[in-house]
Amino acid sequence: MNEATSHAGSVSVQHAHDVTGMPTKVHAREVTVHYGEKQALFGVSMDIPANSVTAFIGPSGCGKSTFLRCINRMNDTIDICSVGGRITIDEQDIYDPSLDVVQLRARVGMVFQKPNPFPKSIYDNIAYGPRIHGLVRSKSDLDGIVESSLKRAGLWKEVSDRLSEPATGMSGGQQQRLCIARAIAVSPEIILMDEPCSALDPISTAHIEELIDELRENFTIIIVTHNLQQAARVSQMTGFFHLGKLIEYADTGDVFQNPQHSMTEDYITGRFG
Amino acid sequence: MLTSYLPVVLGLLILYSFVMGRRRIRVAADAQAVRPHSQFGYYGLYVALWCGLPALIVVLAWLMFGPVIVDAVVMSSLPDQVTAGLDSAKLGLLEAEIKAIAGGVVFGEPSAAVVAAAERLNSLRGISSTAMFVVVVCVALGAIAYSRRRVAPDFRARNKVERTTFWLMVLCSVIAIVTTVGIVLSLLFESFRFFQLVPFWEFLFGTTWDPQMPIRADQVAAEGAFGALPVLAGTVLISVIAMLVAIPVGLLTAIYLAEYAPGRVRASVKPVVEILAGIPTIVYGFFAVLTVAPWLRQMGAAIGLDVAPNSAMAAGAVMGIMIIPFISSLSDDALHAVPQSLRDGAAALGATRRETIIQVIFPAALPGIVGGILLAVSRAIGETMIVVMAAGLIANATANPFEAVTTVTVQIVTLLIGDTEFDSPKTLAAFALGLMLFVITLGLNLVALTVTKKYRERYE
Repeated sequence: MNEATSHAGSVSVQHAHDVTGMPTKVHAREVTVHYGEKQALFGVSMDIPANSVTAFIGPSGCGKSTFLRCINRMNDTIDICSVGGRITIDEQDIYDPSLDVVQLRARVGMVFQKPNPFPKSIYDNIAYGPRIHGLVRSKSDLDGIVESSLKRAGLWKEVSDRLSEPATGMSGGQQQRLCIARAIAVSPEIILMDEPCSALDPISTAHIEELIDELRENFTIIIVTHNLQQAARVSQMTGFFHLGKLIEYADTGDVFQNPQHSMTEDYITGRFG
Repeated sequence: MLTSYLPVVLGLLILYSFVMGRRRIRVAADAQAVRPHSQFGYYGLYVALWCGLPALIVVLAWLMFGPVIVDAVVMSSLPDQVTAGLDSAKLGLLEAEIKAIAGGVVFGEPSAAVVAAAERLNSLRGISSTAMFVVVVCVALGAIAYSRRRVAPDFRARNKVERTTFWLMVLCSVIAIVTTVGIVLSLLFESFRFFQLVPFWEFLFGTTWDPQMPIRADQVAAEGAFGALPVLAGTVLISVIAMLVAIPVGLLTAIYLAEYAPGRVRASVKPVVEILAGIPTIVYGFFAVLTVAPWLRQMGAAIGLDVAPNSAMAAGAVMGIMIIPFISSLSDDALHAVPQSLRDGAAALGATRRETIIQVIFPAALPGIVGGILLAVSRAIGETMIVVMAAGLIANATANPFEAVTTVTVQIVTLLIGDTEFDSPKTLAAFALGLMLFVITLGLNLVALTVTKKYRERYE
């Protein structure tokens, strides 16, 4: 199976350059993940292009979130989790022992499945990242970052007059956009999104999808989704995971209209998963 | 005696009525070939409740009022010449003497009338308990007979049983409330009597506490002084010292346990810390008196500081150690209740563990932590045994932790120890002090509730 995976990986590299014309941002080779005795990821290799949206699809427990969490080393917070293989961002090995994980996470932001605003005001939620990273010198700088982040997340008009109110009082969709704004505020290069719309209603989902499309201009976005239509709508590249293996990775049009692998075809036509 | 069999007899009757009710509905349902409204067990429970509850009420009422009536009958049957000219206090003494003789304890040579009364008391008590047995069993049997007739397939036994359980639960919760109200009322009444003897403002703002009442009018230090301020100051000082020890240690323990300790360490350390709360306070008292106080005194002597043998520091520090588990355990629970998603969110923004804890986790857990701290303060203020052993007896309004101070609880203990008469200000002062403690802890609890509520609104 390893052979097949690496084969899929090498195919994808060509596709990546063909479709988006963008340089490789994240480069993963033979990534494996173990949770204690249990292996969750088997030799995943892929090149993720910059300034594009890459979607990971696949049935529950297929390893797509696990792989996503390798990219900003969120798996470090789980004691029993061990990661093998090699992941580089802009040719820098992110599992290099000399690398500061705090700085890595400032470069690779993350948005979670459930909106998780801090129990603080809207303003403080956005200002949290810039503050801990010392990105600002003055209050007006910070105000500027808060405003521009909220504007880019399409939330400014709705909340500009109530920045001091608690973030937890907003609707689910607004909270999720706040979390995106919070991630943007640190000026990351990559934003990871772990099923960002699964807890939201269709209208909020549409908002977020539009937002993702706009954000592509400035950020590399990697999104895990259960919603195949969503993957087709927002992404340029799609990777299909199954049982911890990357089955197929190609540009989104190809994956959905002309899948190379029968398992991919079965999944996207709804025969399993 | 017959009464000692009563619980067994009643228990058997209840068991019988349950089985009987269940069998009866089964037979009735079979005979009419219908499905009864409720499950069989409910009919059994219905009859059992009817059997047990009224009987229980009769028993309780009998235990409560029976002795009162018996005593009254005995006292009123005393010959007039024995009771003539006696006030209520003397009558009470006489009654106590009769009861003592009835119990087989004879002091001196009681008069024949008193001995006769004691015999009458004993025989009346016997009659009363036999009567109770008979009445209770009759009530139970009657209730079985009554409820048995109502058992029929279309009878809604389940609803009746549910309704009864509901009221039983209401009753149980009322017991706690009624007891609290009773305690408060008794405190209030006795304190009121005290404030008739000593002015309220003098008690509250007086700066001298010296409750020794004169025995002779010309005695030295002939006046009792009841200014509670210095006593209260001692309580405050010791509590502050205790909290200064307990809050930092407890909070940091909690943060370590909740955020840093691996699961295995947490699982073993937390119970060990909680053992601190299980050590009897008298053991802490030993520790304070025999270990901490002499040690403090030596240390003080070494640096030329005069430390009293029963300093506020020793009592407060040991009390603080006792309180650590309250704060660490409740704060640990509060920190643990903060959703993992917030930790992930902060970590994904590149926050370090310390930044996450200080800026995200701690504020979110604050209501629970404040609640724990205020509970610990109430505990410190009400703590008695450590201060009785380790703190002083002389009221002393000072902020120097190395002097001896006394506390409200210590004073209550000393006021009530030994032979006391319940109409002197000295004794009644204990109730006033108790009331003061109660008001303070009640106030703290109210503050805790408001703080928790306010922050909860803001944070969730």
